[in-house]
Amino acid sequence: MSSDAMAMPSARTEARPWVEVVHEWVTTVDHKRLGILYIVYALIFLVIGGIEATIIRIQLIRPHNDFVSPQVFNRMFTMHGTTMIFFVAMPVLFGFANYLVPLMIGARDMAFPRLNAFSFWLTALGGLLLYFSFLGGNGLYGAGNAPDVGWWAYAPLTAKAFSPGPSSDYWTIALLVSGFGSIGTAINLIATILCLRCPGMTLNKMPLLAWLNLVMSGMVLIAITPLSAAQIMLLVDRYLGGHFFDTQAGGSAAIWMHFFWIFGHPEVYILIIPCFAFMSEIIPVFSRKPIFGYPVMVGATVCIAFVSLSVWAHHMFTIGMNSYANSFFTITTMVVGIPTGIKIFNWIGTMWGGSIQFKTPMLFSVGFLFQFLIAGLTGIMMASAPFDWQLSLSYFVVAHFHYVIVGGILFALFAAFYYWYPKMTGRMLNEPLGKLHFWLFFLGFHMTFDVMHFAGILGMPRRIYTYEPRPGWETLNLIVTIGAFIQGVAILVFVANLVYSYFKGPKAGNDPWDAWTLEWSVSSPPPAYNFASIPAVASRRPLWDLKHPEDPDSRYE
Amino acid sequence: MNTVTSPALEWKLPYRGKVGMAGLIIAESAIFSIFVVAYLFYLGKSIGGPTPREVLETPIFFTVCLLSSSLTIHLASKELENGHRKTFLILWSITIALGALFLFGTALEWHRLIFEHGLTISTNLFGTTYYSLVGLHATHVTAGLVMLSVVLLFGLADRVGIDQSARIATLSLYWHFVDAVWIVVFTVVYLIGR
Repeated sequence: MSSDAMAMPSARTEARPWVEVVHEWVTTVDHKRLGILYIVYALIFLVIGGIEATIIRIQLIRPHNDFVSPQVFNRMFTMHGTTMIFFVAMPVLFGFANYLVPLMIGARDMAFPRLNAFSFWLTALGGLLLYFSFLGGNGLYGAGNAPDVGWWAYAPLTAKAFSPGPSSDYWTIALLVSGFGSIGTAINLIATILCLRCPGMTLNKMPLLAWLNLVMSGMVLIAITPLSAAQIMLLVDRYLGGHFFDTQAGGSAAIWMHFFWIFGHPEVYILIIPCFAFMSEIIPVFSRKPIFGYPVMVGATVCIAFVSLSVWAHHMFTIGMNSYANSFFTITTMVVGIPTGIKIFNWIGTMWGGSIQFKTPMLFSVGFLFQFLIAGLTGIMMASAPFDWQLSLSYFVVAHFHYVIVGGILFALFAAFYYWYPKMTGRMLNEPLGKLHFWLFFLGFHMTFDVMHFAGILGMPRRIYTYEPRPGWETLNLIVTIGAFIQGVAILVFVANLVYSYFKGPKAGNDPWDAWTLEWSVSSPPPAYNFASIPAVASRRPLWDLKHPEDPDSRYE
Repeated sequence: MNTVTSPALEWKLPYRGKVGMAGLIIAESAIFSIFVVAYLFYLGKSIGGPTPREVLETPIFFTVCLLSSSLTIHLASKELENGHRKTFLILWSITIALGALFLFGTALEWHRLIFEHGLTISTNLFGTTYYSLVGLHATHVTAGLVMLSVVLLFGLADRVGIDQSARIATLSLYWHFVDAVWIVVFTVVYLIGR
């Protein structure tokens, strides 16, 4: 590596008129700027979705509460779910992938920069459409504004007769549009990873983050599209008088559930695989050891992707499938636990014997490992059809999937924020605030979601507007709500840290963590062209080779 | 950056256009699969008539048109690779004509179904699934025809040469896909479905 590439001045210039700056961001095709746009966009929606969650929790803080009306409550949980999955988790993960993949594989941009911008703006339009429903959905008297059909939108609730007015159409079209955006980004990531790797970076030497995003993108292609197809069918039903999900004309409501969950379950893995990718980059750096079992990690990921495509109907045990289907989906769901377990062992194997540094990214990573394991275990409990019959539609399920999404995905995302923020902005995030964020969020998370399991086991159903003062339920719900507020405070600490450190944080330099992948070889933030000259690599840890020429990895791989 | 100087590497990666198109084709295949599954699932479940057996006629001529357009587009892109721009343009135009003829066939069939048999998308489940599946395919043919026509216009303006052959080959992949989907749709709707 030439040292002049490292000393390259960052692209900041003197103050310019703000119109010019905005114009530059709106018309950009630079993968780093689009990555940041994705991330900022997702953070805004994270706050919105968080406010909706808070409204839900305030409503449930005590029995017979009437903080909001039942109609508003339905809208809140619909919008909360839809927002968090489609307009927080997807864009933030695509944002990181966009930002990091080209840098990590030694490319100057994505394979199709304009498609990249187009995909981002489609996603942005989707989010705006969804929230425009609050204004535009009020077309019919008594029809309500925002969608209130749940994020799964089961038929026949979405039929014209039960959801009059355009509110649920905003939901349909928002998801259709952002789905096309996701497909565009997935195609782009695949083409980038397969076609733009720098010389020497064979598939076997690619950083795991690139590998896992390749697998994730492949899953997007085959898992998001069924949802798009089902949305098209729903539009045909609602606008052209079709009968796909019209039970009175012989249509089937169950087939909507199948189509939705053929998308819906792989979607969980689409979200978690990039988080596995963060873990596979962060844990080795803070354990000061290379990743344990690289080929097995790749194999396990491909395995997860493959098996996860055949587990969807475990969401539907309670609709009454035959025993063959029940057994099949029970077995496949349990089988996913095997490759996932392999990955957890590999991360622990990476930490084993390493000199672990408990910086904030590592704290969140360890939190991830611990919580994701529990989430996986309750998942295996639910995978068993008879157990599921007992607890499906109870708060146990809500606890389980929030353990995956908050305890797993969100913790991994926070780790990624603390780890790559210095690269994106050139400044470190504040460590004490980071630790405060971690411990507050950790406390709030466990208060909320551990306790939800117990409420579920005691029989509290999900999706209910309010409840009777039953023994146990009141205290549990009170604790859950208090936990939610603590999480809210933790998020505020996080946002404050992001803003404060952007202006006042210590300068990061190129490589604040003494890491090993290519993105740390360029300045922070990287110049628009990424690499002055395209690098060539000889091992999985090119910067290790550079820093330790006497003992390069390439000698052993 | 030269981390560890490695011997001059043979570094050749696939063309991004082809990989991107392959990705699009995989995604589109998944969309079509869902519509095919819906068609098969709802076979014979319509509450009222008309049924496929009563009204559908196998469109053999138009199918031959569409499938042979795969051959002409393949030959066209090969001709371009060899630098024969004239023959490329002729074959390309034939491809567009065959595709348009196929669409005309679909239009004829729909006209007959709607006006002679009173089958619309809202008549029964057969109508809903039939028009959606065949319509989705026809939409893809239309999109393909638009792209092919753009290339034809550029070609007539002498802007399509041997330099563009990789892009033309990528576009022809899409057209092959549209044809392949028709084989599936044809099998499902006209062979199994009756």
